[in-house]
Amino acid sequence: MASKTNKASLDAMKQLEKVEEQFQTIQILNEEGEVVNEAAMPELSDEQLQELMKRMVYTRILDQRSISLNRQGRLGFYAPTAGQEASQLASQFALEKEDFILPGYRDVPQMIWHGLPLSQAFLWSRGHLKGGDIPEGVNVISPQIIIGAQYVQAAGVALGMKKRGQKSVAITYTGDGGTSQGDFSEGINFAGAYKAPAIFVIQNNQFAISTPREKQTAAKTLAQKAVAAGIPGVVVDGMDPLAVYAAVREARERAVNGEGPTLIETMTYRYGPHTMAGDDPTRYRTSDLDNEWEKKDPLVRFRKFLEKKGIWNEEMENETIERAKEDIKVAIKEADSAPKQKVTDLISIMYEELPQNLVEQNEIYKEKESK
Amino acid sequence: MAQMTMIQAITDALRTELRNDPNVLIFGEDVGVNGGVFRATEGLQQEFGEDRVFDTPLAESGIGGLAVGLSLQGFRPVPEIQFFGFVYEVMDSISGQLARMRYRSGGRYNAPVTIRSPFGGGVHTPEMHADSLEGLMAQQPGLKVVIPSTPYDAKGLLISAIRDNDPVIFLEHMKLYRSFRQEVPEGEYTIPLGKAEVKREGSDLSIITYGAMVHESIKAAEELEKEGFSVEVVDLRTVSPLDIDTIIASVEKTGRAIVVQEAQKSAGVAANVVAEINDRAILSLEAPVLRVAAPDTVFAFPEAESVWLPNVQDIIETSKKVLNF
Repeated sequence: MASKTNKASLDAMKQLEKVEEQFQTIQILNEEGEVVNEAAMPELSDEQLQELMKRMVYTRILDQRSISLNRQGRLGFYAPTAGQEASQLASQFALEKEDFILPGYRDVPQMIWHGLPLSQAFLWSRGHLKGGDIPEGVNVISPQIIIGAQYVQAAGVALGMKKRGQKSVAITYTGDGGTSQGDFSEGINFAGAYKAPAIFVIQNNQFAISTPREKQTAAKTLAQKAVAAGIPGVVVDGMDPLAVYAAVREARERAVNGEGPTLIETMTYRYGPHTMAGDDPTRYRTSDLDNEWEKKDPLVRFRKFLEKKGIWNEEMENETIERAKEDIKVAIKEADSAPKQKVTDLISIMYEELPQNLVEQNEIYKEKESK
Repeated sequence: MAQMTMIQAITDALRTELRNDPNVLIFGEDVGVNGGVFRATEGLQQEFGEDRVFDTPLAESGIGGLAVGLSLQGFRPVPEIQFFGFVYEVMDSISGQLARMRYRSGGRYNAPVTIRSPFGGGVHTPEMHADSLEGLMAQQPGLKVVIPSTPYDAKGLLISAIRDNDPVIFLEHMKLYRSFRQEVPEGEYTIPLGKAEVKREGSDLSIITYGAMVHESIKAAEELEKEGFSVEVVDLRTVSPLDIDTIIASVEKTGRAIVVQEAQKSAGVAANVVAEINDRAILSLEAPVLRVAAPDTVFAFPEAESVWLPNVQDIIETSKKVLNF
């Protein structure tokens, strides 16, 4: 027997459905490399389009090389990036140099294209203190390990920019799993309350390590979490570099015009394992699902698009691949030549002025290290 | 000079630093119009504007994250955590993020953040308000942990904390906020972090303590004096890093020591002080170093608070054990 219907709850359901209907995935370039949304097409010159393609090709090579360097023991912690190039690189491509990136641990490519030397990215992977020592003028902080912590910090960086009267934004990244953290909600809520110039990107790659997206939340989209914070949210095809670029560019414009933060969900997929530390995706993903997503590949569709425009060819592709390989070789050599780390180095970066306990411990380790 | 309570001295320190440095920002729950639930920020928003002194949404982790982010933009945040029992909500921002900022960036970034927060027993709060959690903080490398016991110290230490380029946890004992007044100089003065002070001189026994227990220890010392014992009271003022030199100098002088803390006995600041004394001054000791602390239960329900908290009598008893060893 059906229980008595409550009119108010029916209305509440309708309200939810109405909200969820609004969150449709925005696409500009389809899988065939055809423009399907001319009106949303961002203004990008041929040179800019070529540059974005070069960065995606370069970063795919960097990912492949990083995986093999990790296997050879020449890199440490590494979270593969293949599949997420549009989400990562097109979002960074929409930024200006003065914008500040707060990355998660898979977001090293954005840092590199924002100015972090490749050799330092390698040092960070190896676990060398120089890896986090960001050069002056490069507006990034080293990748966050605690899921979601970067979201609350981004609100702070953005509020600081607003207080300084800067026309810049703070951008931060997390994954689908990250949206379940308290810090996710606190971050978007704080930024909204202060109308701070922040861009919050959710790279929804469908799995938080092994936990599928649908187990994270009852919400139909992750972007709709913006509604509760009173800020705009959009879902974009995260395998489509033009859609990602357009969404971030628009969010940036709103932010620097004093209109506050935006939440952007990019629908994407990581082809590889969660990290190189023993994750086996065959335990939680089917090869059918992998194949389905690989058909959406950002490089494939962007290549088709540019070739049709007559501004990309095999020679350019090969040149980019060779350049990437050469840069990686040089950067690994540079990383190899970094000074060997000592406990006394670690002690020296604990405080501006060493307290007595560390002064004493420093003497002990100086002695040990001199032997 | 003005007579001030500790809460007035704290407000005065905040005002001094808001004037002194445009990068100083004060924020937290109810710190703006309301001036804080204890009135620590009374009148500051009016005087310095909402840009410098502002309310936050009710979320401690968000407050901590805001402090991290603002410090990356060159600000000198002075957030308030409304009660230190709420610190668990912001542990990642404190121990996972602020304390490691200098370290994880190879020295490139630092976090000149001072987190102020009331704590301490004897005022019959609901649970999660009064706990002494300085031991947790002291275990985290990268932080400094300061606990003043007087209005004069509170102002000088708070100004030093705000000017410090590393994160400082500044804990304010609720019972001391308005318990007495003291001469506090107008304008700026600093008391260095990491320096203890001998609050009362003596030659037979050293009581090493901090926070509200400084006053209980002085009372105990006065009682013991009537019985012919000369007792020294050392106020740590900063519980991390410890001022080992002052502790050891006192113990070498008296040859006997007890350590008094309001916190539960196990794994805290007092245990650390005892270990340092054993490491460095064992041959000067005439007796074992004993501790006076609260029992290892969760903080007492208010109806049992007065028997749970260490008091003058407990200090006298333990002192006598050491004096008569």
